[in-house]
Amino acid sequence: MSTDSNTMFLKIEFGGGLELLFSNQRSHRITIPSTVPADNNTSVTTKDAASPATRPADVTYLLHHLRDHLLKEREELFMENGTVRPGILVLINDTDWELEGEGEYLLKDGDEIVLISTLHGG
Amino acid sequence: MAPQTCAICQKAKAMVKRPKTGEQICRECFFYVFETEVHNTITQANLFKPGDRVAIGASGGKDSTVLAYVMKMLNERYQYGLELFLLSIDEGITGYRDDSLETVKRNQQQYDMPLKILSYDELYGWTMDAIVSQVGRKNNCTFCGVFRRQALDRGAAMLNVDHIVTGHNADDIAETVLMNIMRGDIARLGRCTSICTQGEDTIRRSKPFKYAYEKEIVMYAYFKKLDYFSTECIYSPDAYRGHARVFLKDLEAARPSAIIDIIHSGEAFEVREEVKATQRVQQVCQRCGYMSSNALCKACTLLEGLERGMANSGITDRARKKLDAEGPAPDNLRTIPFFKPPSGGPLIAIESVS
Repeated sequence: MSTDSNTMFLKIEFGGGLELLFSNQRSHRITIPSTVPADNNTSVTTKDAASPATRPADVTYLLHHLRDHLLKEREELFMENGTVRPGILVLINDTDWELEGEGEYLLKDGDEIVLISTLHGG
Repeated sequence: MAPQTCAICQKAKAMVKRPKTGEQICRECFFYVFETEVHNTITQANLFKPGDRVAIGASGGKDSTVLAYVMKMLNERYQYGLELFLLSIDEGITGYRDDSLETVKRNQQQYDMPLKILSYDELYGWTMDAIVSQVGRKNNCTFCGVFRRQALDRGAAMLNVDHIVTGHNADDIAETVLMNIMRGDIARLGRCTSICTQGEDTIRRSKPFKYAYEKEIVMYAYFKKLDYFSTECIYSPDAYRGHARVFLKDLEAARPSAIIDIIHSGEAFEVREEVKATQRVQQVCQRCGYMSSNALCKACTLLEGLERGMANSGITDRARKKLDAEGPAPDNLRTIPFFKPPSGGPLIAIESVS
């Protein structure tokens, strides 16, 4: 768990072939800021404080973070129109994100987010 | 958002939103409704009778892995009295199928079912790797599709099974309905939603997941921690299906019932008798005994083209004429072993019953 209240620790799990876009690694442990720029810009930290518009980190911010910092290839297979591409399932602490407010879910320290592609065949 | 309670048991925390109905249900109730719906699909269509020998077409992917697990469970829970087998086709694609076959081999242990692997190399003398090196990446899916269909039937005949079940799900079927509409393929549109295709004396094929959403299959595999393999075929995927798939996923995102609605539309189409009459009568391939709508079946035609170094002769009429102009097939041409259906009877078949 994070000891610093300005950041939070998250466990990320990719499955169903989505891991192929993320260095072929299923499990990732990441740290993100607790408060993030409202425009989902992941390259500045809010400590820079030049940008006044901030909000608590939510799943939408996390998706941008994953795209900007962990994704290695073919961004278009991961995100579309500011959210995951249709056909990618998201679970928040093992619950369908559709029951948790989808991208608007406010992340908590220690949350586990699972992203599974259904688009890969057999 | 406050946690919701399960719409079915009213006790546990809801963990899945069902795409078909919008219901919010807990994990245990989700397992129960998913399994029960597949059971209802099976019983309403009278797919099996006690004593049937049934092969599960197993690729190691999510659909067939969940199918094997659920078929084994339902067979025990409802005493179908089936003898179950796993049947895998090894297309000979290095780095793709060899990995997924390892998953099938683990499934064999986990589910305690006999496994038969039949390779293109063994049956046709050509791996997909070898075919692609000759034909390139443009038409290789035609070869793979035709060869796989026949290989599954032949593998089933070797296992002496009556029936093959495949993991085709609701999303796959809705995609096929859309593709047949876009291509104007009315004959296929009329039969692509059938749960079971069957010829007389040949091996039945059915799709117990016909009404199961891909989302629920993947959720089921995830919650049950089933061991499956997922990757893309390294050769160019079926681009046309890819477009239909993206379109369907966009529709589903806007309105989740779209998938089941498209299947219902497909089922409701009535193909006029005049259109059905234009469909070719099925006969038996002169060379290999497999069912065919021509003197030579499609697999024999494709194989002859490969063997004679004119692979496109199975694809375009122009290339076929060129092949024919070079004379008849030589006597020493490699051919597919003669097909013997499990019943041992003559193979006179139609592709489907409506």
